[in-house]
Amino acid sequence: MIRSITRPKSEEEIDRLLDGNGRIFIIGCGTCVTLTHTGGEPEVAAMKERLSAKGKVITGTTVVPVACDNLTGEMLKEFKAPLDQAEALLIMTCAYGVQTIASQLKKFVVPALDTLFIGKETGFGEFNEVCRQCGTCIIGETGGICPVTTCHKGLVNGPCGGTNNGKCEIDPNKDCAWTLIYNRLKELGRLDLMRQYQKPRNHLGEPSPGKFYIKSN
Amino acid sequence: MSDTARSKLQRILSEGHLAVTSECGPPRGSDPEAIKEKAEMIKDYVDAVNVTDNQTSVTRLCSMAACIHLKLMGVEPVLQMVTRDRNRIAIQSDILGAASFDIPNMLCLSGDHQSFGDCPQGQNVHDIDSMQLVQTVRMMRDEGKFLGGAEIKRPPNMFVGAAANPFADPFEIRVPRLAKKVAAGTEFIQTQCIYNLDKFEEWMKGVCDRGLHEKVHILAGVTPFKSAGMAKFMKKRVPGMDVPDEVVKRMSDTPKEKQPEEGINICVESIERLKSVEGVHGFHIMAIEWEGKVPEIVERAGLYPRPKID
Repeated sequence: MIRSITRPKSEEEIDRLLDGNGRIFIIGCGTCVTLTHTGGEPEVAAMKERLSAKGKVITGTTVVPVACDNLTGEMLKEFKAPLDQAEALLIMTCAYGVQTIASQLKKFVVPALDTLFIGKETGFGEFNEVCRQCGTCIIGETGGICPVTTCHKGLVNGPCGGTNNGKCEIDPNKDCAWTLIYNRLKELGRLDLMRQYQKPRNHLGEPSPGKFYIKSN
Repeated sequence: MSDTARSKLQRILSEGHLAVTSECGPPRGSDPEAIKEKAEMIKDYVDAVNVTDNQTSVTRLCSMAACIHLKLMGVEPVLQMVTRDRNRIAIQSDILGAASFDIPNMLCLSGDHQSFGDCPQGQNVHDIDSMQLVQTVRMMRDEGKFLGGAEIKRPPNMFVGAAANPFADPFEIRVPRLAKKVAAGTEFIQTQCIYNLDKFEEWMKGVCDRGLHEKVHILAGVTPFKSAGMAKFMKKRVPGMDVPDEVVKRMSDTPKEKQPEEGINICVESIERLKSVEGVHGFHIMAIEWEGKVPEIVERAGLYPRPKID
């Protein structure tokens, strides 16, 4: 399962963004941010407590099931009165949720989280970015491991000189992409692919911002 | 190897001399005297001088401007270019800019990660990588074409180099990686600083077994230690650097005031031993902020005087 991975903004930043807004409605989400403990029920309750102690009036709180869903606006209709009373919505979801709610409710929104990446849960409590949706997938030649994402420099023609006992020189918690690829290809008996020269990447695969229509025949 | 470049470094290597290069790090300011003074110290003892490109991701005077200063004072520069800071438009544009001043050598690198430098929050580019940069310069030079396919009026004419680190893991990938760089069009290699000579010789054997030493000129990289502290730092803190315990011990066992001299001794002894390694065609002496010692190293290693090439 892939998840939108988020990290709380600092209290200072949230307080700055909320400055001048005395009445706040807080929204969490029951999906990714609940799993990552950044915007589920307990975090929303703790935020309410912290802001109340600072003198803010919390007009209401809720945790919607899936904030990025188009039905979120409908879900929030039952909170019309406390939402109307609020000067700002403090939204403890990823930026997909914040933008969905902002477009549906037309209220002043403040994100409580920074959205880091779309991550795969690779172990209990561990999430890894394994794809950055570049639009020109080369993992058919790298043993199913993406160097564009996994290498800090996005190198597609082999490792730099900073491999550090199989880890990346800039972060000992992160594996060197090319060591992973080398080991995988070795297991598969396909080290010949290491010789494959990758041409300069096509960054026009899908120019940012991405947009996609399902074509009907 | 193409014989068309006007590079003195290329001619010295193709005539079979042991080449000697060194490097100058540009200043963190706009005073050109800083780079000229360094070059003045070493110019008669080396064939060409590398100018680093914002090394360790610390912002400095740009490599190209510094290369032009060297060129104007009669010193042959090696333009180092990293792919960290420029996209393919800027890279090709800078290559043309350098070629307009007839800068005859270029070293193609990916560059240290920006998190090591003075702008750790900055964005890296890596639109192309060092391997693709080698191919780009070769295509511009040999085919006279831009990456987009259009014709270049007065193509650049550069001797094209790349770096190699024989010591980074996995070790068994390092010879094939060189082969890939050679296949991409690399004509000379300057290696990572060599302290573990046994390991380097093992790598060079792999290089020669594949016949790569006949396709590329390998300049062995050496850096003298100024102190035991520097040796320990390089061993522990610089990824991809292989400093054997006995080398650190030799520096540590030397009284502090004698350590700089011992560092030079180790460097000279390394060069002496590396001279006899098959496939080593020269030396790249990186005396980091210690350029004044390059003449002594070159002289003591029996590499002086430098060959005269017209």
